[in-house]
Amino acid sequence: MFDALSERFDGIFSRLRSRGKLSEADIDAVAREIRLALLEADVNVKVVKALIARLKERANGAEVQKSLSPAQQVIKIVHEELITTLGGTSGKLTMSPKPPTVVMMCGLQGAGKTTAAAKLARQLKSQGLQVLLVAADLARPAAVEQLRVLGSRVDVPVWSVPEDGPQDAVEVARTALDEAARLGRNVVIVDTAGRLQIDTELMLELKQVRDVVNPTNTLLVVDAMTGQEAVNVATAFDEAVGLDGVVLTKIDGDARGGAALSVKEVVGKPILFVGTGEKLEDFEPFHPDRMASRILGMGDVLTLIEKAEANFDADVAQRAQESLSKGQFTLEDFLEQMRQVRKMGPIGNIMKMLPGMPKEMKNAEVDEGEINRIEAIICSMTAAERRDPTLINGSRRVRIAKGSGTSTSEVNALLKQFKQVQQMMKALTGGGKRPKLRGLAGMDLSQLQGGN
Amino acid sequence: MEPLLLVLIVALVVVLGVGGLLLARRSRPGVEEDLRPTPPTAPVDTLAPETAPDVALEPEAPPVEPEPERVKPRLRDRLGKTRDAFTGVFSGIASRGKIDDETWDDLEEALILADVGVPTTTKVIDAVRARVGAEKVSDPERVVELLREELVALLTGSDRALGRAESGPSVWMFVGVNGVGKTTSIAKLAQREVDAGHRVVLAAADTFRAAAAEQLATWAARTGSEIVRGQDGADPGSIVFDAMSAAATRGADVVLVDTAGRLHNKVNLMEELKKLRRIVERTDGALREVLLVVDASTGQNGLAQARQFAETVDISGVVLTKLDGTAKGGIVLAIQSELGIPVKVVGVGETADDLIEFDPEEFVAALF
Repeated sequence: MFDALSERFDGIFSRLRSRGKLSEADIDAVAREIRLALLEADVNVKVVKALIARLKERANGAEVQKSLSPAQQVIKIVHEELITTLGGTSGKLTMSPKPPTVVMMCGLQGAGKTTAAAKLARQLKSQGLQVLLVAADLARPAAVEQLRVLGSRVDVPVWSVPEDGPQDAVEVARTALDEAARLGRNVVIVDTAGRLQIDTELMLELKQVRDVVNPTNTLLVVDAMTGQEAVNVATAFDEAVGLDGVVLTKIDGDARGGAALSVKEVVGKPILFVGTGEKLEDFEPFHPDRMASRILGMGDVLTLIEKAEANFDADVAQRAQESLSKGQFTLEDFLEQMRQVRKMGPIGNIMKMLPGMPKEMKNAEVDEGEINRIEAIICSMTAAERRDPTLINGSRRVRIAKGSGTSTSEVNALLKQFKQVQQMMKALTGGGKRPKLRGLAGMDLSQLQGGN
Repeated sequence: MEPLLLVLIVALVVVLGVGGLLLARRSRPGVEEDLRPTPPTAPVDTLAPETAPDVALEPEAPPVEPEPERVKPRLRDRLGKTRDAFTGVFSGIASRGKIDDETWDDLEEALILADVGVPTTTKVIDAVRARVGAEKVSDPERVVELLREELVALLTGSDRALGRAESGPSVWMFVGVNGVGKTTSIAKLAQREVDAGHRVVLAAADTFRAAAAEQLATWAARTGSEIVRGQDGADPGSIVFDAMSAAATRGADVVLVDTAGRLHNKVNLMEELKKLRRIVERTDGALREVLLVVDASTGQNGLAQARQFAETVDISGVVLTKLDGTAKGGIVLAIQSELGIPVKVVGVGETADDLIEFDPEEFVAALF
């Protein structure tokens, strides 16, 4: 529902466009919408209240910038406020001056502690650190085995006790430190059992484990899909063992992740990492700006831009921009651009990050094989043909089909569609002006970057 | 050729091309080559040999240490520790002595705090408002009663019995996102079925998560069920297939299918689930339940989960887990209200006995 937020704002503000300042009444009118939106995103009720109060204060009397509509202005303020609340980007653990640095993972059942522990181990190992994983989850059947398997996948040793011996998490933790010293490990990651924050017995055990290993970083692992409960969990764990940071997992789902905001507000400690997928390398530093966009339903534009930044060749982009603005977008440009885009990953994944995309498009299954065939067809054309597809007659079609291992009907389909696309591009670029990105993003791309 | 495809690519080109350009202007020249390794496309470890699952159905050892007595827990007992909060919201409402805007705000907030979600909350509150108007209610405590009645009414009337096949084994599939408690829920239902004298086969079709089959095997041993499993990374379809034929030949009463946790927006993984369902459906009338397991602490995303899983594999009910914490599980009200899918059983702990029936009255009483 949230993609509609900016539209709803537009509705409210359409009456007010001429005014130069945001009045209190304007703000009140949108405050309700923002409140609903944040609640839909699972931000805790109490956190929402505090946030709205701060927003009102900030937005009241704010100048409406020339380049923005009042709606965009408010979204920008909300966006900025969320970024401020979510805190800075770090993705760094506190390293102990006296190794080993000990990291203790804790959280509810099923939050993703074991996977996060393995992902973190992998990341630290890739930074050249000597890591030891400790299997101190003795409650869930086969949790130790799971960590062992993951440990061997990331090639990090796992310290555990035999199944037939005494099952004491505190003892595992204690002996782990000796093992770390013996193996000369400088980081120890302790995976603990999932527990409810109201389970006094297990919370006591967690405190005992903490006292034994004396962690430099006590990390709370929180599922991004968590609802209002996130506040209770974070508060209780913080009170019991003192948190140093948060790991937010499963953000590759489509939850808005308001829990991140709730936890940050309550605990006040940084969200360090996010789990972004099932593979062990799917682990990234937390970016408050992206999370803010996500909570507001603005899509993950910044990730996209970052990917583009890492993969885009400036010259190619420049050329595309020129041909776009001249309204002469050829198959050659298309091929070049397509290759650029594909460097960023599967098209389907990139698609999902775009804000304002219709649902059907977001969920459209993009068959990479199909794209390969398109590429093959274009590659089988001569440079002249790519620049001017009208050259392509019957015999050329046959040659192209043969060269690309496709059929003439496929070649025809591509040509026909490309023609439509060209027309579309012309309409979009408005014949020479800058492409209208506003329509796509609800907000100007450059603006988002500006807020960065 | 997929007509959307070109359009999609071009849309990307436009956005990225321009976005990239802006950046290029601002910062540094683009990186020439992508040095990052391309991620493998298949979710499973393709190197794992496609071994046939181990069909030798060893009835795992009977429960190692049969507990002296099993007291079936009740929701009310389990929720005892959290019900103190009850006084919080409503003492405020009652003490004001009249029904005003604040009353309604408090009620709304209580429901939202229980993860019921804005649309369902609004719907229920509106219904209560209408009744308050029609019945000329002035006592705030009566408003709370009416709210309870509305919520209970929303939840009642569903058949919560788990379906049984007329002949041959009944298959219950368990699906859901990662970490909600599918495997543990299966263990609990296995225990209940074994206690009732039924012969139970567990199908370890979660071949993705490390040691998931190991976890289920431990539960099979503890509950006295049989298990069909393959190696990590094996094709889950083959395990379901083998479990079906094993169940048929061994005369099992129930087959519980454990599937890998998957986020509902991962199209390929959802397709895989569809395939598992089809394999079960090859045996006429065997598939009796497809149960979505939902963690009580799940927020509004729970509704999206239910919607997508329902669309893909047509879920027949919800298993609500981890209700022994302070999380209220209010999202099941939204699932019931929006999709008409009832909660069938509730999980309240970590042992095989921690399974209870869903009672709307008790659930609502514990909501706020």
